[in-house]
Amino acid sequence: MNPSELIKPCCEHCRHTKGTPCRNLIDCISGGPFCHESDNCRKLRTLRLDRIRRGGEGTLIFLGAGTCGLANGAASIAKSIKNFLNANAIAAHIIEVGCVGFCQKEVFVDFLLGQGPRLSYCGINPQNIEELLDEVLIKKNMKNRFLYARLNEATEDLSDIPLIKDTPFFRLQHKLVLENCGIIDPSSLDAALAAGAFQAAAKVVRDMTPAQVCDTILESGLRGRGGAGFLTGQKWRVALDTLASEKYLICNADEGDPGAFMDRAILEGDPFRVLEGMLIAAYAIGAGKGYIYCRAEYPLAIERLQQAIEQCRAAGFLGHNILNSLFSFNLIIKQGAGAFVCGEETAILASIEGGRGMPRPRPPYPAVSGLHGKPTILNNVETLANVPGIITKGTSWFKKISTGASTGTKVFALSGSVQNTGLVEVPIGIPLRKIIYDIGGGALPSHHIKAVQIGGPSGGCIPEDKFDVLVDYLPLKEQGAMMGSGGMVVMDETSCMVDVAKFFMEFIRNESCGKCAPCREGTTRMHEILVRLTEKPVGDELQRLERFRGIFHLEELAETCRETSLCGLGQTAANPVLSTMRFFRSEYVAHIMDNHCPAGVCQGLKTYFIDTDLCIGCTICKKKCPSDAIVGDRKQAHYIIGDRCIGCGACADACTQKVIFEASKGRNLLEINGAQSV
Amino acid sequence: MEPNPFKVKNSNFANKGLKKMITINKQEVEFRPGETVLQTAQRAGINIPHLCAFEGATSHPAACRLCVVEVDADPRLQTSCTLMAKDGMVVRTHNPRIHKARRNIVELLLASHPDDCMYCSKTEDCQLSALASELGIRERRYSGIKKTNPIDLSSPSIVRDPNKCILCGRCVTVCHDIQGVGAIDFTGRGYETRIDPAFYAGLNVSGCIFCGQCLKICPTGALTEKNHVDDVIKAISDPNIIVVAQVAPAIPATLLEEFQLPSLVGSLELLAGLLKQIGFTAVFDTSFTADLTVMEEVTELIERVTQGGTLPMFTSCSPGWVRYVELHRPELIPNLSTCKSPQQMAGALIKEYYKGIDTGGRRVYSVSIMPCTAKKFEAQDLGDIDAVLSTRELQQLLNRFGVKLTPNGIRAPLDVPFAEATGAGRIFGGTGGVMEAAIRTAHKMLTDEELGGDLKISQARGLQRLKIFSLDVKGTVLKFAVVNGLGEIKTLLDMMANDNLNLHFVEVMTCPGGCVGGGGQPYNTDIETVKKRLKLIYDADRKAGIRLSHENEQVKALYRTLLDKPLSKTSHRLLHRSYMTRKCG
Repeated sequence: MNPSELIKPCCEHCRHTKGTPCRNLIDCISGGPFCHESDNCRKLRTLRLDRIRRGGEGTLIFLGAGTCGLANGAASIAKSIKNFLNANAIAAHIIEVGCVGFCQKEVFVDFLLGQGPRLSYCGINPQNIEELLDEVLIKKNMKNRFLYARLNEATEDLSDIPLIKDTPFFRLQHKLVLENCGIIDPSSLDAALAAGAFQAAAKVVRDMTPAQVCDTILESGLRGRGGAGFLTGQKWRVALDTLASEKYLICNADEGDPGAFMDRAILEGDPFRVLEGMLIAAYAIGAGKGYIYCRAEYPLAIERLQQAIEQCRAAGFLGHNILNSLFSFNLIIKQGAGAFVCGEETAILASIEGGRGMPRPRPPYPAVSGLHGKPTILNNVETLANVPGIITKGTSWFKKISTGASTGTKVFALSGSVQNTGLVEVPIGIPLRKIIYDIGGGALPSHHIKAVQIGGPSGGCIPEDKFDVLVDYLPLKEQGAMMGSGGMVVMDETSCMVDVAKFFMEFIRNESCGKCAPCREGTTRMHEILVRLTEKPVGDELQRLERFRGIFHLEELAETCRETSLCGLGQTAANPVLSTMRFFRSEYVAHIMDNHCPAGVCQGLKTYFIDTDLCIGCTICKKKCPSDAIVGDRKQAHYIIGDRCIGCGACADACTQKVIFEASKGRNLLEINGAQSV
Repeated sequence: MEPNPFKVKNSNFANKGLKKMITINKQEVEFRPGETVLQTAQRAGINIPHLCAFEGATSHPAACRLCVVEVDADPRLQTSCTLMAKDGMVVRTHNPRIHKARRNIVELLLASHPDDCMYCSKTEDCQLSALASELGIRERRYSGIKKTNPIDLSSPSIVRDPNKCILCGRCVTVCHDIQGVGAIDFTGRGYETRIDPAFYAGLNVSGCIFCGQCLKICPTGALTEKNHVDDVIKAISDPNIIVVAQVAPAIPATLLEEFQLPSLVGSLELLAGLLKQIGFTAVFDTSFTADLTVMEEVTELIERVTQGGTLPMFTSCSPGWVRYVELHRPELIPNLSTCKSPQQMAGALIKEYYKGIDTGGRRVYSVSIMPCTAKKFEAQDLGDIDAVLSTRELQQLLNRFGVKLTPNGIRAPLDVPFAEATGAGRIFGGTGGVMEAAIRTAHKMLTDEELGGDLKISQARGLQRLKIFSLDVKGTVLKFAVVNGLGEIKTLLDMMANDNLNLHFVEVMTCPGGCVGGGGQPYNTDIETVKKRLKLIYDADRKAGIRLSHENEQVKALYRTLLDKPLSKTSHRLLHRSYMTRKCG
């Protein structure tokens, strides 16, 4: 770890040390020195800042090495680049950055040669990296086939390359918390400082009272980005007003929703922004100790955080008497052991206290009595990452960003059956359709989008015809979904909505902490009902009746879960079921009444038949059938008993003559059997 | 439901006075400071179903969600076990919405519950089944997989059937918060959640001390005692066996209070009458060996005090506590009195006694009737006793023979040579009783004078979990502590480590209230019942002719004929024991 260069004294007049911190340290970086007058020092500081802002000297290669980049081979790309540079005796720095947001086009490799501009190339993999290096570094052919965009102003010959913010994926986005992600070196405090980090924190600890900070955040209208959307400033105010010997601040980085990875990207791409947000929050409530509760499945995020914390400690941004304000704050990373429920705030408390991560009843709310019975504020990563911007740029700026009732931006993890997937940060209040079709690029070729699932296991599915809904807390709720933490999964006609509901119900069933009866038992039963729907009715009359009655039970169980569960996990557990039943009732009807899955997803409802004219009676299918559904003698045509068939398809795979077919969609058992008898 | 405007006004008006009122179902109820809505309602006679909250709990998990109520001005249902009563609050505890929620939860619990109620030992005491009946659930609507976990039969005291567990968490709360043992906790997630000892071990190798407080509050048949009734009946019907019983000091008080019998000694005689009627040969009184314990223990204490032995000396009557020391605090083994518990002393003496008697070649089968589940472990560990029946099993045994304790039943005197018990022996069944009996005898042994006054050591009495006091015995100041409910032992040990308490003698009873609140007592034992039983044994002591252990004629006779004197070689052989360090897992 290199000590921060930007806060090094310019000459002997600068007396900042960790032990005797200077109040104006942060401002001094860009505008200093203030305590003495020296043109040399000013020049030194400016040059230093410019160099660090550029990323260093000479040729720079920025490699998108967030988790999505690594998954696409960023590690071996880095190795290839090094080999290439050595082989060709080229001097260049490789800087590993986080994810720029366009995960689908990873790996991104940016080049900054000489005066620039910084050019971004995408879709790089270990196979084509040499080609790219050859084009850029040897042939100097900047406009090669990998070129995506340029990041900053360019000289004439390159000015026809579009700026990244003008590309279709980024045009409608408003980067606020993701501003630096994929741009700056996340392992360097200097890079963050050069990008403006800790200016807000410095302002807060020097010029503002805790109450003023709370009021500012309240005034900004910032809501918790973790899901529930409670006003952050209001929560802080409660903790500030509660007298206690000790208070705690916890950053909730236990991101667990299927299809959500916003927090990971922030932590991997710009950890200092989160730390700065925590520093401000801690000051606002008077907390001396903070925890980052991060799931252990995010090793890179934890590594980045650890580096960031160590650098901040060394620079005096964490620890005693921060920036000579007499305010002290220390941070500990606590790794979650992989329980989804530990994203619930009271379960986090139990987990940090060393207990089993089980939610506890509220009230008392953590803001009054939380960790070890002391006032505790829990904020989501994205919430905290929003805070510095609000302080530096002001509440009216923040309010103006959004077009909806709520303020600011929201990051969504766009995934599923859509052209462009990745992280998108949009102003709150943008119509959903714009995200899916303009940013996401719409459906995959020859498919059409059916719905989008928002809010993970607590959220719901919004059908295509409701895509004009504004992405904001209330409108989404009215459609049976929720803002949630930001997972946004697009589904086309190849997704079965009953299957989707079943997936989320299974997730909750497995992740329920098991404490309260309605959630533990209710989700199990709801899951069983959904499983029955996705399979053909088997067994006796009673079991068949059970399958049919299940649909009525679903609604009742959903209500019981919502009304009586202890924590949000259970209270919202039924949302995926309720919203799919609301908007896709016909699919449920097809499953129950026709034993047919319109999307052709539910294997258990598939029906196979043997073309008796072509069957040679080799008996292989009969032997493979796990449910004894095939009858027929040797060298005689075989026949599948529809009632016994579980639709596994093993026979069709095994058939030597390829004469076993799945019954075509839209035809029910009767028709098939009828067709056979003709 | 529309709020009743008149009631609200009235309750506001009432608030002007000193009384703090809440309105429950249009009925105004005064609440006490710090009370939850559930407590207030229960006190007012409004029953709100609940399966996880219980009397005496220090924390409420709010896990069963059955006690949900509606509070005016709040659209959500809230759990009344965690909802603090506030002045002017308007609460509804029973209405269609709440009924539906409760019914659904119980139906869900039943859906994964085994359908073997007819075979379940808790059938009559099952709170889940009572609740299902109360809510009118007469049909199985939800079906699906059931739990198929192995039943844990490993412990000599407690049987654990995870399939009947509804995960209310009462056992976890009592084990952690009240008993301070923490042998069991939640494991797994979702539908696979269970309550288990660490690493899914059997209870026998866990940190469990077998106190049985968990099974006393378990609402279902998930936790029950290891039943010895069949063993006893088998022994009774075997012509080659003679069956003898001993009855613990806490039992007569329990029977007296349960069956409205005439007096403590009277109820013992009535019980002896019934037991002999069904085939027991002799019935002895464990209170007799309680007196004997006093003689031995006090002598040991005086020896330790005068000869510089390890102090403080801890009592060893409570097998749960002994196991706790052996398992969790082995460094305290030198502090434990080497005296066996009264049960084991009686067991050894009964064996010794029948050696000298012609039984016609028949084997002696020794049964003890105890308010305790840990005694089952102790009997298995030390031998001499063949079967231990809890108070509940005693009831089952009597039922099996179709007999019932009634005030007018046949009485039989208890059998010599272990029939006589003094008032001091009788109070062994309650917290502070061992201490009080010991102090009475110690006074005599130290000063050769009897303790004056009414022999009452009031500092040792009462339900406070930890009592510390000192007495001046003719110039020698002795310092004592009394603990009931093992959770407080940690407080005491911490105090001893930090504050140099200089204690001489500490009585520890594992269960809150002492043996009268033991883990083998009837399921419905609450604090009021424990208080009543304590009063009964103190009454019996007050009315007893002899109230000092060293005045017990049969004890004296025993020393003359067999033991010689306390701590003699024979008494070491029969009445003392050694300890071992045990390990979990």
